[in-house]
Amino acid sequence: MQAILNSPLFIPLLLTVLIIALVPLVAGYLTLVERKVLADFQVRLGPMRVGPYGLLQPLADALKLFIKEDIIPTDADRALFWFAPMVSTLTSLTGFAVLPFTDKLYIADVNVGLLVISATSSVGILGIILGGWASNSHYSLLGALRSAAQLVSYEVALAFALLSAVMVSGTLSMQGIVKAQLAHGVWGVFANYGFMIVPFAVYLIAATAETNRAPFDLPEAESELVAGFHTEYSGFRWALYFLAEYCNMLVVCSVAVTLFWGGWLRPFPNVAWLEIPLNFAFPLIFFVGTGLACLTLVKRLIDTSQKVVLVVVALGLILTGALLTIPVVNHLMAGLFWFLLKVSAIIYVLVWFRGTFPRFRYDQLMNIGWKIAIPVGMGAVVINAVLGMVGK
Amino acid sequence: MIDTVLFYAFALLVLGGGLATITLRNAVHCAIALIVSLLGVAGLYLLQQAEFLFAVQIVLYVGGIMLLFLFVIMLVNLDQAARERQFNRQWVVAVTAVAVVAAEIGYFLWRGKAAFHIAENALSPASALGNTEQIADSLFSEYLLPFEIASLLLLVAVVGSVVMAKKRI
Repeated sequence: MQAILNSPLFIPLLLTVLIIALVPLVAGYLTLVERKVLADFQVRLGPMRVGPYGLLQPLADALKLFIKEDIIPTDADRALFWFAPMVSTLTSLTGFAVLPFTDKLYIADVNVGLLVISATSSVGILGIILGGWASNSHYSLLGALRSAAQLVSYEVALAFALLSAVMVSGTLSMQGIVKAQLAHGVWGVFANYGFMIVPFAVYLIAATAETNRAPFDLPEAESELVAGFHTEYSGFRWALYFLAEYCNMLVVCSVAVTLFWGGWLRPFPNVAWLEIPLNFAFPLIFFVGTGLACLTLVKRLIDTSQKVVLVVVALGLILTGALLTIPVVNHLMAGLFWFLLKVSAIIYVLVWFRGTFPRFRYDQLMNIGWKIAIPVGMGAVVINAVLGMVGK
Repeated sequence: MIDTVLFYAFALLVLGGGLATITLRNAVHCAIALIVSLLGVAGLYLLQQAEFLFAVQIVLYVGGIMLLFLFVIMLVNLDQAARERQFNRQWVVAVTAVAVVAAEIGYFLWRGKAAFHIAENALSPASALGNTEQIADSLFSEYLLPFEIASLLLLVAVVGSVVMAKKRI
């Protein structure tokens, strides 16, 4: 037992299992967040029936997807039809292996961490394009072709944005990037006299396109292509695609946070006296405040069991806030709190995009990719290089 | 020990993928087999502690080139290609040629066998610089001219393809 606990692989393996178990749950709740936020933008209520204020909706959805009939179209390439969703899901889960959640909490610190993430995402495209082809349907094939063209185009812009960030931190290791920001004392996005905001904007646009999200959701444009590359997929296989999409979203947002928004660092990481207000008081107010806000909603509910669920959720939030004030826990978890808070903020922005912008036409998409995003990304690399040299 | 196992696993991927690439009937399946083979090569790079090459191999070959291959293959009518005979029938000539070349290579390998020995401590001691920095150093100092010539060649290819594809510039 002791030998197992002391093995260098123990913590990484434990984390791997934890992430594979938790990420589908998180992805499920992301769909709820997305539906609720979009509903709010459109002055609707969103899911309200399952659980208090729709809180248990993702679990019901997951159960539905598990027991749905799995249909394989006639003349589909059966082996590839089975294989393609797995490629998407596996590659998107692999991305989590190099993410730096905190300075102690990570699976692997590879010295080409960032490149590993782009490698996994580029293999992930194969899942989409093979799935679209194997379905033996015109809608699927068109969706797959669009998606391949789109992802290949925007990968270039994405690479330029990443390059700017790597130049500022001087390393490709994800841990090293955050530590470089700690050494500079500013988050990456404010480095180089604030000019890093330009690569961040390019990154955000390219990342939205890379994750196939609105306004770049042409591969699955439901008004013209039914559902794009996953038209013929149903049940659990479709759920795998869905999971992969939301995992990609999480990975992309985590990379944005790591490169540009300081990873696990709190705001003003080098100002020592802010330690207490930002690492202890802020999470406490955040969780307890949310918990109390939940409690005020309880009396509006009619159903007793729903009341119980909401009270449990509220107490859980308050308990989390209380736990974070214990110094040992805080020392370990404050970084994770900041990391997840920033990731959630960027995810909110992506949902906001979806609620705001109409879908681009195909030629507009290509124009934005090749004629705006890539030149701006290139220019940003050059200017950042000059500014970086001046700064030294 | 684990290195050896991994080496044979990756080598199996490379060889199996390569074999499947030339024997499978469906062009899309061939492309996938080639991808498997390229991933195996990436794994071999990683075993040699060339982690930069590993990542670049996957990003460029799998994510870029093979994706465009698939893109083109999907637009082509595959049914006709699958019906055509894959190998021509000149078995005798082919077998003879292969046998002659194999005998030739075998003979020279046998004659020069004294020159082969397993390198000891083949892996250089881990340097302070990472693999990425080493590549950048040699690429931008020692091999700057070939690097620039290669980039010029690629630029010409890009310009050429634009000129050929666009009717009006």
